Amino acid sequence: MHRPEEINGGGTATADPGLDATFDVGYVTRVEGEGSLRLRVVGGEVTEARLSIFEAPRYFERLVVGRTPDEVLDIVSRICGICPIAYQMTAVRAFEHAFGVTVDPEVAALRRLFYAAEWIQSHALHVYLLHAPDFLGYPSAVAMAADHRDLVERGLRLKRVGNEIMALLGGRAIHPVSIRVGGFSRVPRPAELAPVRRSLDAALDDALATVETVASLDAPDFARDRPLVALRDANAYPYADGRLVSTAGLDLAPDRWDDAFAEEQHEGSNALHARTHDGGIYLLGPSARVTLDAGQLHPLAADALARHGFGERIRTNPYWSIAARAVELVQAVADARDVIDAYRTPAEPRVAWSPRPARAAWSTEAPRGVIFHHYEVDERGLIAAAQIVPPTSQNQGAIEQDLREFAPRVLGLPRDEATLRLEQLIRSYDPCISCATHFLDVRIEAEP
Amino acid sequence: MAAPIRVGVAKFASCDGCQLTLLDLEDELLPLLDRFEIVEFPEASSVRSAGPYDVLLVEGAISTPDQAREIVELRRQARTLVTIGACATAGGIQALRNWRDHDAMRGAVYTQPEWIDSLATATPVRDHVPVDAELRGCPISPAQLRELLVAAVIGRRPQLPDEAVCMECKRRGNTCVLVAGGTPCLGPVTAAGCGALCPAYGRGCFGCFGPRDGANVAALADWLSAGRPPIEVSRLFAGFTAWAEPFREAAGPHAATIDAPEATVGLGAEEGTDAPA
Repeated sequence: MHRPEEINGGGTATADPGLDATFDVGYVTRVEGEGSLRLRVVGGEVTEARLSIFEAPRYFERLVVGRTPDEVLDIVSRICGICPIAYQMTAVRAFEHAFGVTVDPEVAALRRLFYAAEWIQSHALHVYLLHAPDFLGYPSAVAMAADHRDLVERGLRLKRVGNEIMALLGGRAIHPVSIRVGGFSRVPRPAELAPVRRSLDAALDDALATVETVASLDAPDFARDRPLVALRDANAYPYADGRLVSTAGLDLAPDRWDDAFAEEQHEGSNALHARTHDGGIYLLGPSARVTLDAGQLHPLAADALARHGFGERIRTNPYWSIAARAVELVQAVADARDVIDAYRTPAEPRVAWSPRPARAAWSTEAPRGVIFHHYEVDERGLIAAAQIVPPTSQNQGAIEQDLREFAPRVLGLPRDEATLRLEQLIRSYDPCISCATHFLDVRIEAEP
Repeated sequence: MAAPIRVGVAKFASCDGCQLTLLDLEDELLPLLDRFEIVEFPEASSVRSAGPYDVLLVEGAISTPDQAREIVELRRQARTLVTIGACATAGGIQALRNWRDHDAMRGAVYTQPEWIDSLATATPVRDHVPVDAELRGCPISPAQLRELLVAAVIGRRPQLPDEAVCMECKRRGNTCVLVAGGTPCLGPVTAAGCGALCPAYGRGCFGCFGPRDGANVAALADWLSAGRPPIEVSRLFAGFTAWAEPFREAAGPHAATIDAPEATVGLGAEEGTDAPA
């Protein structure tokens, strides 16, 4: 897990007694994974910001070779314990698209419920346990609970509703087991959904209260301008369907991500980085979705967005991603309620299918943004090759660019304070380094 | 009241799902903090401690040179070291690399493999330092984590089940997917703890909790080989606890050939004629 020599509250700022005044910060905490940030400062100007990822490589793209599509769903889930549905859903949609499988409409609705539940638990975790402590000045949600117990309890309640739905549909909240190519290995009876349906009414109140809480927070003014990328579905807020669109005019089928983007390897990082084919950086995630899919928001979520005039801040200021997550909590809870209210047991929980040699590719919206999978299926129906592109490796360029831009504002502050402000910005992107391979250790090198 | 128990959470090669189970205790989380002080949990808190710890929960397999050095230091700092989950207790899914040519895998994922510092193997923590208790599973069971924490407060050994998934499955009232449905299932040889989750959801067990002590894996593998190519049986064991003996032997054929997928084609044809006893 790459532990620095010295560690303590807020990430340690260790001053090098030498003349070069190296700023070395131990570990960026409250992110999912292990990485480091290095800032190079020359003559007071930040010339380089590099997010290095030390998360141990696990070679998933090789581990799936020689496996069946259904086995792939179990394996790729293990890339991330926080967003297993994103991996399972992207892979299952890739295979179904490639094999010409159309699932029962009720199965499609249940999957929407499943994905919404993952967003609820992931966003509640990030807003309340990882990010809110920055805004309110605490090192953790546990410390925050001493003064704001009601707030932490609300976050845990919301998270629990998401987990309950995932456990009901998939047996357990982490690495659920029911999603199979063609549908589900088991679907619930409508009566089984009644208890979580009741919990969702309370969750809606909690989600709306989250929006109010977030509206009361202060964040630095920090306006950025770069393309935002998300899926857009004509009929609904996007989870596992829609076309890849951007604020720069992109419009692509969800299986053609690689027509516009590619991954490259950078020295000092175990995660690959993604760029547009002409080298451009872009940003994914809740802020991109709220911006590009505002027209598809549920009326309750659209109202929450409009009431506080968040839209412009969400589009331009990375710190306000916390507001985008709050709006999406309302969206996901409202979507979950709607699915359950209309649910009838599927006539065909799992349709029959046969594999064929194919390029199986698809994009969906993980809690952190667009995730793309591409598998080559051979004539035996086994995987011959795979490419898995998580959101964090795509956001890395934007994170580094923003840090380079923001750092000069805080480098004059006391070191602990500067570290905290930089970490808060990094946490704004909710980087999932387990996904991108995982840990942050912030280091600032100053040169005269 | 006694001083709170100092708990640390450490992570190696893993998905974070097992440490997330601690936060998934939700309602129980805040009351627990009356008895526990979480002094190291970088995913959840910016307060850090390099030890000592009364209880250290360790997630993940040892898969890089840094990790192999660090677990030794962590062991020195921990009065009780508990491994949590299939990666820390058995090597996890990434232990499939242990059968393969590591350089070839590295080259397949990275264009500049020389920039990647990684061991040729991913191994359980117990291969590196003594371990006081293990919670199995991919992910661990919240109920078992709760039991472990309660036991730590009382100062007794945690009571963890020592039976096969089949026992949980019968108690849950599931129809046997193996006998009645013909679905391959590792329940007879897999340690209990999940509540027979997969059979309850219409699937065969795929061994998340690893082999039960004394399980006759060879007999089940033989039985499953009836009418099924051995490579398919091997793939069943080549999962999240593949490196745990005796799953290791059963997993070998698939695990060893994955880098040459065309080689797997012929493997099924010659064997696999044993009928069930």
